[in-house]
Amino acid sequence: MHQFLAFVKKEFHHILRDRWTMVILLVLPILMLILFGYAISTEVKNTKIAVVDPSKDVVTNAIVEKFKVNEYFTVAAYVGDFQQVEALFNSGDIKMVLVFSENFHENLMHKGGAQIEIITDGSDPNSAKAMQGYASSIIADYQQELFNITKVPYQIKPNVRLLYNPTMKGAYNFVPGVMGMILMLICAMMTSISIAREKETGTMEILLVSPLKPVYIIFSKTIPYFILSLVNLTTILLLSVFVLKVPVAGSLFALITISLVYIFVALSLGLLISSIVSTQQIALLISGMVLMLPIIMLSGMMFPVENMPVILQWFSEIIPTKWYIIAVKKIMIKGLGFAAIYKEMAVLAGMGILLTIVSLKKFKFRLE
Amino acid sequence: MTKEKIIIAEHLTKNFGHFTAVDDISFEVERGEIFGFLGANGAGKTTAMRILCGLSNPTSGKAMVAGYDVATKPEFVKKNIGYMSQKFALYEDLQVWENIRLYAGIYGMKDKDIAVKTEELLLKLGLANERNTLVEALPLGWKQKLAFSVAIFHEPAIVFLDEPTGGVDPVTRRTFWEMIYEAADRGITVFVTTHYMDEAEYCNRVSIMVDGRIDALDTPENLKRNYQAKNMQEVFYHLAGKSTRKAD
Amino acid sequence: MLKFLIEKEFRQIRRNKFLPRMVIGMPIFALLLFPLVANFSIKNINLTVVDNSHTPYSQRLIHKVAASGYFRLVNVAADYEAALYDVEQDISDIILEIPPRFEENLVNEQSADVLIAANSVNGMKGGLSSMYLSGIVQDFSNEVREEWVQTGTALKAPSMEIVPMYRFNPFLEYKYTMVPAIMMMMLAMITGFLPALNIVNEKEKGTIEQLNVTPVGKFQLIISKLTPYWLIGFIVLTISFIVAWVFYGMVSVGGYATIYLFSAVFVLAFSGFGLVISNYASSIQQAMFMMFFFVITFIFLSGLYTPVSSMPGWTQIISRISPLRYMVEVLRSVFLKGSTFFELKWHFMALCSFALFFNAWAVVSYRKRT
Repeated sequence: MHQFLAFVKKEFHHILRDRWTMVILLVLPILMLILFGYAISTEVKNTKIAVVDPSKDVVTNAIVEKFKVNEYFTVAAYVGDFQQVEALFNSGDIKMVLVFSENFHENLMHKGGAQIEIITDGSDPNSAKAMQGYASSIIADYQQELFNITKVPYQIKPNVRLLYNPTMKGAYNFVPGVMGMILMLICAMMTSISIAREKETGTMEILLVSPLKPVYIIFSKTIPYFILSLVNLTTILLLSVFVLKVPVAGSLFALITISLVYIFVALSLGLLISSIVSTQQIALLISGMVLMLPIIMLSGMMFPVENMPVILQWFSEIIPTKWYIIAVKKIMIKGLGFAAIYKEMAVLAGMGILLTIVSLKKFKFRLE
Repeated sequence: MTKEKIIIAEHLTKNFGHFTAVDDISFEVERGEIFGFLGANGAGKTTAMRILCGLSNPTSGKAMVAGYDVATKPEFVKKNIGYMSQKFALYEDLQVWENIRLYAGIYGMKDKDIAVKTEELLLKLGLANERNTLVEALPLGWKQKLAFSVAIFHEPAIVFLDEPTGGVDPVTRRTFWEMIYEAADRGITVFVTTHYMDEAEYCNRVSIMVDGRIDALDTPENLKRNYQAKNMQEVFYHLAGKSTRKAD
Repeated sequence: MLKFLIEKEFRQIRRNKFLPRMVIGMPIFALLLFPLVANFSIKNINLTVVDNSHTPYSQRLIHKVAASGYFRLVNVAADYEAALYDVEQDISDIILEIPPRFEENLVNEQSADVLIAANSVNGMKGGLSSMYLSGIVQDFSNEVREEWVQTGTALKAPSMEIVPMYRFNPFLEYKYTMVPAIMMMMLAMITGFLPALNIVNEKEKGTIEQLNVTPVGKFQLIISKLTPYWLIGFIVLTISFIVAWVFYGMVSVGGYATIYLFSAVFVLAFSGFGLVISNYASSIQQAMFMMFFFVITFIFLSGLYTPVSSMPGWTQIISRISPLRYMVEVLRSVFLKGSTFFELKWHFMALCSFALFFNAWAVVSYRKRT
């Protein structure tokens, strides 16, 4: 035991000595959280729009007024004709144009045929749809007001309740993903590089001739990264709760438990990688390409899995991060507890055990 | 007739924070000399040599190499020196001739001259068949000889060698020193650090650094006489035994 | 002297088993895979219905929703609790609850309410899906009214028609926005990471010291390190264009010359930045992490995935320091909208300043002497 602790201490020294990497490892999650939490928002705000209004009557003015007041839009220009609109679109100054048909009020109330064209810059479909959606709902609001004023009979009114995240904060969706990624980065990538470094510089052999069993030597290498990831987990949770205002709505205990299981899986992945590589560069490349890239793409942290082709959806099933993210969302944002995440817990635990067994086998084979 | 002083060091000192690596050393080296810069690991040899090469700034003191002040005109110094480090520092992923061409070109030789001299050198070293071999495939002894040859390819005034024979068998070390003699005969001054004491015997003069200071500087014969030693090894034990600094 | 240094750099790259394959493989891989993955459209929304009314009209509403194409009816739950369980377990994304006296209320009191509860963990998805569902309910409301209110020529309700149209990308295909974004990302990553690793590699091997002891000037060294990656940038870009054309049928509306011109400056800037990092890093690991840190930041702040205009004010200001931001705008403008050089001249100025700044920094921060 005493020897084991000595090895663990040595590992800590290695890490603490490489100040830059440490700093980055501790600051990276903070940076990512702030980036994802504040900067990146799939909400589309401050859309500059232009208005083409041949009618200029009570109704059209009222509608435009609603747009002016709304925080998602800025009415940047009143344009007489369509030619000018082209130029504005091309230079990227405006992203949307409202075109009212003529004699709007009259047509609306009496004849029918009142039309609003909403022309949106479709270069970015995400924003385009969002902008369309907002614009439509503003107009629908106005429509509803009109109905109320004119006392339209037989209305079916939908009451909308947005569950778990009524203010539609983007951070709610991203924070679990960032957690999954950072923990994997530290535990898998760093562990594998550290062990590979020892192999590369030949010091691994020196370790192996020590009286401590090889298995314990390997484990001693994972301990510091385990601690580091706990520190990061704490930092991320504190930041989420207090700065980004993403609460832990459910059981904190469940959250910590599943995180520990996930860390276990990540560490065993790191071990597996290091058992098959011989240099740092390769460890880095494999962790980067084979691990991190698929995780970023297929785990659901950035791109919705349900929209992917079926083959990729199957692929995503074997990515541990995907299960972790689902569990974290259930606990943090939906406010659930242990009972709800038994499936994810089981899958992750199974993965961890399997990976550990495989990597230990590989290590034994290599070392003997 | 006094020979030209190719290296003049005056009260050279280098501090790293509170640690004094090189402690007020002063010495001179003549053109054409083979000057051995001895000392235990951690005594400060490499640090001192790096200052002379313009790789490191002295904290105080002055050094003139090939007529230029290392602190104020390091780039001029570099034009006139060659260097071979402990790691040999040839590009492992380049072929033999490509390495020669690169360094020759850097020191300003013309394409035609490079081509001609390269063939000569390869023949002389017995590497004519290895022209297109990647350096990483060469055995250690050959790498070493090649590195030295590249370092003096442009016929510099001085060549600095930092522990050039590390990890190589005695026979190879002997042949390497033959190359050094040859270079010295051509007028190239050789400034070599080593902790192999038998190599000290091959030098014209030798200095011994202990804890950052130069504790002895003379010909091997004189040193052996002064310290009543049979060989340089004993001289070294006598001096370095007093050292208080451990190598890191 | 420069000639020999540049020769050496190219020779080393050619010898490298990994590099050439990566330069060609990565853009192809990314361009093929990312658009498959990066699809944010809201479709196939899973719906659980709670029908406490069990009347023909509630049935009609449910059918209408199910037939709309947006929603997939996955479950009919007994009550709201059961429906909520579906949402908790991600079996469905949205709930439609029809109250018990739905038809009676509509007939007697002339209005009835339904409840829409949407999973908003993904705020955008929750918002949009509830909007779609509301829209369908309101449509249904209008249908019912038309049936029940028999009036002559007078309009039953003032209604306007909303006609959505999309400029530049009429069918809202994701590839138009994704492909340029991915091209830029690949260009940035390859021309940023590789030079960074280059110098650090020489540091670790010790060959940098051999260069430092020669009369090679800092300026020449930096230029020799930049040149090959500059060329690689062109290769990456060309491969990207070919893939975009062959696999996505995308061709640049504004031609390619402008893009190459801008890219030339951009790569200079970004590689310069990579060299700066490598001057400060002492190990490959450090260099990789520092680059990763900055590249991630630049990528996300540049409007590649989310528009700059929807970022908070202070973030927008910070995004100005990302050379990627300008390049992405340039690429999208030229490729998709056919903008010309003159319309983008400020972007060019910005990129030139970056190139100057980063490369000057790289030269200054390179230490031949400690």
